[in-house]
Amino acid sequence: MEMTNNQFFLTTVEKFVRWAQKSSMWPLTFGLACCAIEMMQLVSPRYDMAQFGGEVFRSTPRQADLMIVSGRLSNKMVPVIEQVYRQMPDPKWVVAMGACASSGGIFDNYAIVQGVDEVLPVDIYVPGCPPTPDAVVYAVLQLHDAIQKGQAHGGVMRA
Amino acid sequence: MPQVVRSGDYDLDLEELQIDAEGDRMTLSVGPHHPSTHGVLRVILEIEGERIVKAVPEIGFLHTGIEKQAEQLNWTQAITVIDRADYLAPLSNNLGYVLAVEKLLGVEVPPRARILRVLFTELQRIASHLVWLGTTGLDIGSQSVLMYCFDLRESILDLFEEAAGARLHPSFFRVGGLAQDIPEGFEELARRSLARVPERIREIRNILDENPIWIDRLKGVGSISAEQAIAWGVTGPNLRACGVPYDVRKAYPYAGYEEFDFAVPVGEHGDCYDRYIVRVEEILESYSICVQALARLPKGPVMVDDRKIARPPKHEVRQSMESLIHHFKLVSYGFDVPAGEVYQAIESPRGEIGFYVVSSGKNKPWRVRIRPPAFYNVFAMPVMMQGALLADMVAVIASVDPVFGEVDR
Repeated sequence: MEMTNNQFFLTTVEKFVRWAQKSSMWPLTFGLACCAIEMMQLVSPRYDMAQFGGEVFRSTPRQADLMIVSGRLSNKMVPVIEQVYRQMPDPKWVVAMGACASSGGIFDNYAIVQGVDEVLPVDIYVPGCPPTPDAVVYAVLQLHDAIQKGQAHGGVMRA
Repeated sequence: MPQVVRSGDYDLDLEELQIDAEGDRMTLSVGPHHPSTHGVLRVILEIEGERIVKAVPEIGFLHTGIEKQAEQLNWTQAITVIDRADYLAPLSNNLGYVLAVEKLLGVEVPPRARILRVLFTELQRIASHLVWLGTTGLDIGSQSVLMYCFDLRESILDLFEEAAGARLHPSFFRVGGLAQDIPEGFEELARRSLARVPERIREIRNILDENPIWIDRLKGVGSISAEQAIAWGVTGPNLRACGVPYDVRKAYPYAGYEEFDFAVPVGEHGDCYDRYIVRVEEILESYSICVQALARLPKGPVMVDDRKIARPPKHEVRQSMESLIHHFKLVSYGFDVPAGEVYQAIESPRGEIGFYVVSSGKNKPWRVRIRPPAFYNVFAMPVMMQGALLADMVAVIASVDPVFGEVDR
């Protein structure tokens, strides 16, 4: 963006749209396990996601842009998470929060899907068991950067 | 590639559940992705107008295989997966498990470790009840309570981070004591954090106790009688709200709880409001136990002096061949536990959590069976919901305080 005579901005439509998309991402309350407790801390007074435009946790997928998969995904939960993801409007982003959502973590067994990327396209992974809320805030900020640079299109296929 | 289940595999057989969807009645499926279910619970409701005729909880959406996973890890490593069962109170899980293994081994932990364990478990109880209070407030429609509770909880998590290095899953207890001693200045820090508790609880009670919305939504809602609660295996604050003063800390004292002076708050009507009162009063009792523990904290070691169980200090490992061997053996193999089976129950924030541990004499548990209190509490929910309004379902689920890591394991 460039400023002319302190009066108006010149920019491209695409950059403007990306700026709007990243500035107010509404996360979905998709709490699965331990990480969900740390995800709840995101809105708490200390971490305060509101400063990055992400405090409005939506319970319905139809109003959410960002799915933070917080916790281990069991086989029984797979149809549910697929359906919820399909119900989110485009563009939509997925954060795999914690070791279990990223790779199955310690639970390499019959019950747990070895990483949520086996069923959903993941934009960013947050390591930790569970990651601190700071780490999640950092991941969301990284995602903002990627959106602004045009690297994360949010599930929409582009040339 | 693991086996992945597709939609349709879990469609329910209404006939099998004896749910009648004819006439004025209709069936409503709530969850597993629903903000009021505190995780991943599905409730199938049979409703007549706004009244709930029948409720059937469906669980298993977070089945993790924790008990099976524990069998593949050695006795010390298993602590970390058992942490993740009840993720609001990982230190309670730690305590129950290590007490069970210590019973098998026949070891006695040093006094400093015993008192620190009580201190940390009670801090964990405060933190767990604060999450419960905050999320219940959110469900009933009071967001400021969530902010007050989480702010206070942060100061307790800071203590865990200071002592163990992790906020949510400290994994701080070991068979035979603690992972390490508390750092210098911790006691002062703990005193300062704890000093905030009574004042903050008073503030929250000022907001809630006489709030007409809070009373309307909770008083007389979701009642269960003491007989029914006992018949359904309900324990913890949910049982005490019915007027039954059963607390494992008093009934079967463990970890030196008999030395502490505390009361067991009980309710009267067994409704959602009494569960709220019982939990809030428990926070203050836990606070008083923590203060007592800090006052009588003795000096000394925090781990048993047994090289077969406890790792030798690092400076010894560098100088003594024997210590090096012990260190190597403990890190690579662990330790053997004599064959046998024990049951150890403790009072977790949700009720009686029991660990039935079977050893075959090897370095790994042969079986770790967890008796999760939330599992029994969840299945008593249909009794509480019977005849209630649909909107009361939210209050009932919230007030029972289910944690699905523990229900599904």
